[in-house]
Amino acid sequence: MSETLVEVKNLKQYFPVRAGFKTVPLKAVDDVSFEVGRGETLGLVGESGCGKTTVGRTVLRLYEPTAGEVRFDGELVTDKNITAMRKQMQMVFQDPYSSLDPRMTVEDIIGEPLDVHHLCANRKERREKILELMSFVGLNAEHARRYAHEFSGGQRQRIGIARALAVDPKFIVCDEPVSALDVSIQAQVINMFEELQEKLGVAYLFIAHDLLVVHHISRRIAVMYLGKIVEVADSDELNGHPVHPYTESLLSAVPIPDPDVTRARKRILLEGDVPSPLHMPTGCAFRTRCRFATEQCAHECPALTDRGGGHFVACWNK
Amino acid sequence: MSEKLLSVQDLHTSFFTDAGEVQAVNGVSFDLDRGEILGIVGESGSGKSVTAYSIMQILADTGKIVGGKILYKGEEISKWSEKQMQGFRGKCCSIIFQDPMTSLNPVFTIGSQLTEAITLHTEKHGKEAEARAAELLTLVGINEPDKRLRQYPFELSGGMRQRVMIAMALACEPDILIADEPTTALDVTIQAQILELMQDLQKKLGMAVILVTHDLGVIADMCDNIVVMYGGRICERGTAHEIFYNPRHEYTRGLLRSIPNVNNMKKKLIPISGTPINMLNMPKGCAFCARCDNAMKVCLTEIPEELWINDDHKAACWLNVRDAFEGKEV
Repeated sequence: MSETLVEVKNLKQYFPVRAGFKTVPLKAVDDVSFEVGRGETLGLVGESGCGKTTVGRTVLRLYEPTAGEVRFDGELVTDKNITAMRKQMQMVFQDPYSSLDPRMTVEDIIGEPLDVHHLCANRKERREKILELMSFVGLNAEHARRYAHEFSGGQRQRIGIARALAVDPKFIVCDEPVSALDVSIQAQVINMFEELQEKLGVAYLFIAHDLLVVHHISRRIAVMYLGKIVEVADSDELNGHPVHPYTESLLSAVPIPDPDVTRARKRILLEGDVPSPLHMPTGCAFRTRCRFATEQCAHECPALTDRGGGHFVACWNK
Repeated sequence: MSEKLLSVQDLHTSFFTDAGEVQAVNGVSFDLDRGEILGIVGESGSGKSVTAYSIMQILADTGKIVGGKILYKGEEISKWSEKQMQGFRGKCCSIIFQDPMTSLNPVFTIGSQLTEAITLHTEKHGKEAEARAAELLTLVGINEPDKRLRQYPFELSGGMRQRVMIAMALACEPDILIADEPTTALDVTIQAQILELMQDLQKKLGMAVILVTHDLGVIADMCDNIVVMYGGRICERGTAHEIFYNPRHEYTRGLLRSIPNVNNMKKKLIPISGTPINMLNMPKGCAFCARCDNAMKVCLTEIPEELWINDDHKAACWLNVRDAFEGKEV
């Protein structure tokens, strides 16, 4: 059994967008490759619109990829086998309010994946499994007959997690699972993700824009900018020694809840806004905001290269 | 005693809903000095935004200030008429909101919305007002101001819109700027731009700022003094240094333990147990007692008074009282 669980190779996801009379491709994800090891957490960070959510959804085939391939445990994920594959790969969504059906009871929400994959022989077994899952994520078993709207945001996210865990997956895509929660509740959910990983050995692709949260939960982090991964490294390495100018300024922009630390730092401010993905700059997508941009950046797009110790960077000048 | 710029004294604001009275703000007092940056931090529903709206008297129809006073330069503005308040808003005190996408009117140009604020509150009209609008846009770091004035909000990005909001708020050079979650809807790199801009402008224009946010990182970065709110009450206040390095209320302590920062990356976070408070069903004693690990009997029945910890620091927690009685250094 190899160490790699999920392998994504040259994944592309273009969405057709009408612009006047023409249809042009919006390159949401453009040639992204990464691997997630067994029981590992890979963090995926970037600003809104950089394609991080699309990566997560395309890996699970919620979108049909334009090009590229995803391998799970060495097996190619295709249209044909995706339903079976989803027994191994699951997803937790960002918004605990819209990702749960308001007309279903908690029991049915968590039980739905069990029904789809025919995992329970009879009603009794199904009910037992559901109650086990509920207590697993810290929900009161007496609430099984309630509807989603009767729960708070943090509890709803637990329902979403229990639903993902129902099929005993090996890999879960977590799309901003804590962003919609209050600060004091975030830690409860983050801890739960970590505990579940210790107990079940499940691997996560943890997508978020909060860099401190991602740093805390991930072993490795990939940074995305406009549909491309610009840097991948061990999370301490990335936070300690960012190489790509975008990562550098992104990290310097995060306000750290520690007055002495945060005030002693120098922010590296980026000028302007993220360009529209419909009018991508030629060459390196970041060059319009980059301090180090040269002639070469405008012509050729840099590829991810190994800078030693599994630290990959896509930049000509660094 | 020097006169405070703004003084909020024992403010009570309630919302009268079908389900009953919701005491959103429950006895909040604080002072604001000239040129001070005050941070109000708390979770959703802690009453931090309602406090800000009460100062401006822009509460929803169901909301009402039911007790306490708000003094601006010694005058009791909480008694002012709507007409008087119109003079206060914009000229003395301005507010910027969380969502720059919805706080601008989509059917008017940036220019007409900016000049509206200027003509309403100053002597400037017509061409003069327009020139001032362009000047303001330059002040908040927007290039090509003349072109932007003719554009509509949808043509601008989120960060750009928030800059326009700030320009509008600064149109009449107010003494106080209230910023209600000004960067929550923005990306990190844009947030950094806006925070930098606010710090710059504050230094340049010398106004006082009340920064309302749930993000402790932003607070740590920006504020001189911090007020921590929970369940409509202030649980702790003090200088940024005191609050972050010497927290004396269990809620503040819990909050600081529960967020990832540079020092606890390899450790487990320690979450605050339980769920946020239901404002319709407030406990009799300390609002935080149901989630507090060190709650005592007295916490359930009596509301704790704010106690001086030192010259720069006050906290409302019974544990400090206990420690004082037991002769521990408070």
